[in-house]
Amino acid sequence: MEHDQFKFIFKMAAVQGGMVDAKDELDIKSEPPSDGFGNSNANDGRLLSSSPGAGTGGTATGNNKPAPGPPEEQQTLLAVLQFLKKSKLAESAEILRREAGLPEDALDPKGTDASGSGPGLAAGSGQVDGVDASSLLSRVTVSSSAAAQAPKKAGEDQPDVSVVLSAYSQQGDPSLYDAYYSGLKRFIESVLDCHRAELSQLFYPLFVHMYLELVYNNNESVAKAFFEKFSGDQECYYEQDLRILSSLTKKEHMKGNETLLDFRTSKFVLRISRDSYQLLKRHLQERQNNQIWNIIQEHLYIDIFDGMPRSKSQIDAMSGSLAGEARREANKAKVFYGLLKEPEIELPLDDEDEEAENEEGKPKKKKPKKDSMGSKSKKQDPNAPLQTRIPLPELKDSDKLDKIMYMKESTKRIRLGSDNLPSICFYTFLNAYQGLTAVDVTDDSSLIAGGFADSTVRVWSVTPKKLRKVKSAADLNLIDKESDDVLERIMDEKTASELKILYGHSGPVYGISFSPDRNYLLSSSEDGTIRLWSLQTFTCLVGYKGHNYPVWDTQFSPYGYYFVSGGHDRVARLWATDHYQPLRIFAGHLADITCTRFHPNSNYVATGSSDRTIRLWDVLNGNCVRIFTGHKGPIHALAFSPNGKFLASGATDGRVLLWDIGHGLMVGELKGHTDTIYSLRFSRDGEILASGSMDNTVRLWDAMKAFDDLETDDFTAATGHIHLQDNSQELLLGTYMTKSTPVLHLHFTRRNLLLAAGAYNP
Amino acid sequence: MAADREERRFAEVSRDSVKLMAESAGLELGDEVAALLAEDVCYRLREAAQSSAQFMRHAKRKKLTVDDFNKALRWSNVEAICGYGAQDAMLFRSVKEGELFFVEDRDINLIELALATNIPKGCAETMVRANVAYLDGKGNVGPQGTVPAAVQSLSDDLLKYYQQITRAILGEDPHLMKVALQDLQSNSKIAALLPYFVYVISGVKSVSHDLEQLNRLLHMVKSLVQNPYLYLGSYVRSLVSSVMYCILEPLAASINPLNDHWTLRDYAALLLSHIFWTHGDLVSGLYRQILLSLQKVLSDPVRPLCSHYGAVVGLHALGWKAVERVLFPHLPAYWANLQAVLDDYSVSNAQVKADGHKVYGAILVAVERLLKMKALSLPQPAEGCSIPLPAMYSELYSFFGDSLAVRFSTEQSFGGFSPCTPSHFRETRKEPLGHVSNPDTTRKMPQLTANLNITLRPQDQSLARSSMQRSRASSSRSGQRSIGLSRDVFPKARFTSPHSGPPTFSFVIGGRQMGRRCQGRRPFQTIFVPTPPPPVVLPRVYTHKLPVIGRVCKPLRRWTRSHYSLHLPL
Repeated sequence: MEHDQFKFIFKMAAVQGGMVDAKDELDIKSEPPSDGFGNSNANDGRLLSSSPGAGTGGTATGNNKPAPGPPEEQQTLLAVLQFLKKSKLAESAEILRREAGLPEDALDPKGTDASGSGPGLAAGSGQVDGVDASSLLSRVTVSSSAAAQAPKKAGEDQPDVSVVLSAYSQQGDPSLYDAYYSGLKRFIESVLDCHRAELSQLFYPLFVHMYLELVYNNNESVAKAFFEKFSGDQECYYEQDLRILSSLTKKEHMKGNETLLDFRTSKFVLRISRDSYQLLKRHLQERQNNQIWNIIQEHLYIDIFDGMPRSKSQIDAMSGSLAGEARREANKAKVFYGLLKEPEIELPLDDEDEEAENEEGKPKKKKPKKDSMGSKSKKQDPNAPLQTRIPLPELKDSDKLDKIMYMKESTKRIRLGSDNLPSICFYTFLNAYQGLTAVDVTDDSSLIAGGFADSTVRVWSVTPKKLRKVKSAADLNLIDKESDDVLERIMDEKTASELKILYGHSGPVYGISFSPDRNYLLSSSEDGTIRLWSLQTFTCLVGYKGHNYPVWDTQFSPYGYYFVSGGHDRVARLWATDHYQPLRIFAGHLADITCTRFHPNSNYVATGSSDRTIRLWDVLNGNCVRIFTGHKGPIHALAFSPNGKFLASGATDGRVLLWDIGHGLMVGELKGHTDTIYSLRFSRDGEILASGSMDNTVRLWDAMKAFDDLETDDFTAATGHIHLQDNSQELLLGTYMTKSTPVLHLHFTRRNLLLAAGAYNP
Repeated sequence: MAADREERRFAEVSRDSVKLMAESAGLELGDEVAALLAEDVCYRLREAAQSSAQFMRHAKRKKLTVDDFNKALRWSNVEAICGYGAQDAMLFRSVKEGELFFVEDRDINLIELALATNIPKGCAETMVRANVAYLDGKGNVGPQGTVPAAVQSLSDDLLKYYQQITRAILGEDPHLMKVALQDLQSNSKIAALLPYFVYVISGVKSVSHDLEQLNRLLHMVKSLVQNPYLYLGSYVRSLVSSVMYCILEPLAASINPLNDHWTLRDYAALLLSHIFWTHGDLVSGLYRQILLSLQKVLSDPVRPLCSHYGAVVGLHALGWKAVERVLFPHLPAYWANLQAVLDDYSVSNAQVKADGHKVYGAILVAVERLLKMKALSLPQPAEGCSIPLPAMYSELYSFFGDSLAVRFSTEQSFGGFSPCTPSHFRETRKEPLGHVSNPDTTRKMPQLTANLNITLRPQDQSLARSSMQRSRASSSRSGQRSIGLSRDVFPKARFTSPHSGPPTFSFVIGGRQMGRRCQGRRPFQTIFVPTPPPPVVLPRVYTHKLPVIGRVCKPLRRWTRSHYSLHLPL
């Protein structure tokens, strides 16, 4: 929102030829609180009304300050000034300000910031006081225990201050960075094997921070040499990041680069066993290697656990995200992953397919069937949220009818399994000229919609029933409202066609989603808006504005009414169709949100991001309840298992990862695809997972087996140390090629026929 | 500065370019400013390129378009570049002098365009087409669209199959080869690959030095021929020519006497006959062509003996009629050549002579079968056009002597004839025979003894006698020895035949392997008992008493193991 706009102004400033430095400095200072944390603070536990930009007020004023003096000095002065003010030494501060020739309002932004996050700053300054290594050490060691919400908030603010301070706490000779790093490298290479894997995790964040520090302090040539020398040592899955990093050689360039700003302001999380950590600590103390130690203090969060050090494969499975692994406590919150009780519907089952058949026998047979269905849904799942945890729309008559249809269909459902694979029907979009960007299919598989790069949304009927508009208001007045077939009469037969095109967006449509009742369609676009379309009139009903940046994905809740969206602005938003402003803002991802999915019970939302993490958010309070790391590329596909217990995710790295939501653990890795996975879908009963990819294949995986083989013991659950067996080949049930058609969407019909869709790409 | 960098990871805009651009905008820039600007521009370009990749990813494409780049520019608040939205590739032209590349940007005459009569049609309507691609998770249910089978290019699967199969067949692993051949024989979906396989097989000509490979290719032919789902069509001709190559050509592998190319030729001959019998109807005149080429080889004295051998086994495999039609009339002419080879005892000729013996044996077997079949077909005198059996026998006897010995165990019916025969032989024994000089190198020819139970009509009787007499001239000492041997055998086979009835023949081939190289191999004896026509029931006693050695009497399980395989140990 606002802060984005300002960032954007800075970017412009930089483009226009390196404006004054001080401004940029300030940018750095004020950016952090506005980024993510500010938002999440604002949202925590509260709702709707909180404007997302609330925490960023300071930034606005920070802009128009003139900038005398060399930037570093001014930085220092500002910080000291701030410190004095914090320590209630108002007079000294005034004197200093006057002497330094700083303008009257120099501290205003800081002032507002401080008022916003007082405890944080206090803690921060306290820390600065005793900047010696030992006290910092103790801070790190205790910080893992300080997991509670309130202290955490304070803790979250600390890095912002330290960032400011680190800007001038240039330590040691830049030419020594090389020696520092290689010294550490030698040390890590010399330790025992079991510790080496763990300590090797340090390489990447240290490398990045040292490089950035060098760049930041205008040591361009040293930075470049440093990069040349050590970039080859980093894990291959960081290659993408390193490329971005290598293109950045000037301090001015860092201003506009959000990814790097995030890297700088957020703490890279490492999980290290206590033994390994002690080893590292001892080494650094012996060597008086303060530079490295400071970086570890300021930019790294070391999550220490007791027990065996982890193996390389265990570490590799979980690492790869932009900010390291998730902290252990981040995945400890209770998640109600069970399904909601199905509303009881009076099943007029007698009208099934009995028409001509014997009338007496049927109802008798139906009775027990109905009961069994009812009892199944009556049982309350202990893991399910309360039925009223979030308000859900009431069922309309038409919804009940649809539910009945669904149940009828499900009795005819094919039971899939490893020996009974689904048939696949492919919907090929022809003449799409590489313009197809999104596909969705209604739950009953009667409509298919495509979002296109030319800003249109096209809806096709795939049944013989054509698409018709409702008659105009004048014509509607003429019809007999009492007649039985009034619903039929309101439709305009003249407009019947197989295809309807929806115009309204002004940029490519990246995400579309049908409402469960098939009355609405959502589309999200590059133009920063989400539009709600009526499938009765085929017109746009609402344009939801709020993202301001491209909206990469959107999805309706399985119960309708709510929908979620996520985009380039790194926040996901929860909306209700009848509110023009979002109900929740889920902030925390460090990069674009690339895909969004609702949990089957509608109480949670999963988002996948370019920062290579998946987060699960609680719709009720907006909290992030799960952070899953392990992907090595932006996540482009998510799917919840029908029972709500598991989540599957697919990314540009071509791997599908399986997650146990309740335990917050990775439980499987499915390797096989050679390109980005754009679609994932579980079969209706959850036995089969289908994945569709850019490599022009659909692959089927034995989900049953993948989840059955799990043994989640308490230790694994407690520590989060997973042992993944490499059984992708056993789980792969089939690979199905298309004819140069990337698979953009997968859908299981109610009878478990697999529908796949994509545009033919000659 | 930018230009000084030793390594260029990215595209760069040089300082000079920036200066030039500034000049074109009417600005004068200092070096320092230009350098700073240049570097910044480079960075901004990289940044834009990186963020444009994001738009590409979300558009689910692999190709970065100008549109993506423009979006990235737009979101960093830079004006988009217009005019490059076309899907077509851009044409870069170079200016030689300046090493400059530029995009051709021609002026478009809008008036002309507006007044043009050929209005562009516009793009085809985007549409969705559904097709069931995989039923129950397996197989393509018909190809997408309707591509005629002839034009249909190989699918990836087929191509993979083809590679795997050829690799397995020509590879090292014998087990894999077996599996591959088995699959080739039974796979119903490889019609599209037939031309490729035929082409591979035609590669025999390039591997004539490698018996193993030739063998494998022949096995491949066999599998293809036996595959019930393949319609070979005109490919038969190509396959036949490949097989004929293996039968007839003096293969490079034959130079080394240790190479057993004889077996290969035998196998190829059998294959030839199989192809002919099962697919001969696909190509008209195939039989004639094969016979012609065999005959041509046989009548060519320049050809090595192994080629001749091939021709003979080829004829033999094609059936006795082929032998009668080609080999038999040609025999007198050929015999002279062969005799010359066999009678040359010089050391330098040893190898050729060994080959000669091979040919000799092959001819003998062919002829023996001819006689046998002739005898079988005797009851049907309708085929009177061909040479009558006794005449043929006598002629053959003149070549082979007692190797082709025929016994008439017809004490009653042959009356006075049989007693005289032994005396004949006894006489001939004493006759000095010119060409048999060295008793050590006596050829031990395979012998053929035939028991003919026949009610001889007078003229037959006389013919038989005349043939016996004629045989005296050419019969060798070995022939006499064999008589002695057969004498032991003969009494067991004595039986009293009924007074009348159709004649029945039974042949006994006995003797030792010939030639020096094959000395010491076990002797063999073969018996052919043509089944008599139904009305005549041979008394069981006699059949049991017939000396039975060899494989012929066992039931033949596989077509490859006909009686012809007798020659395999040679």
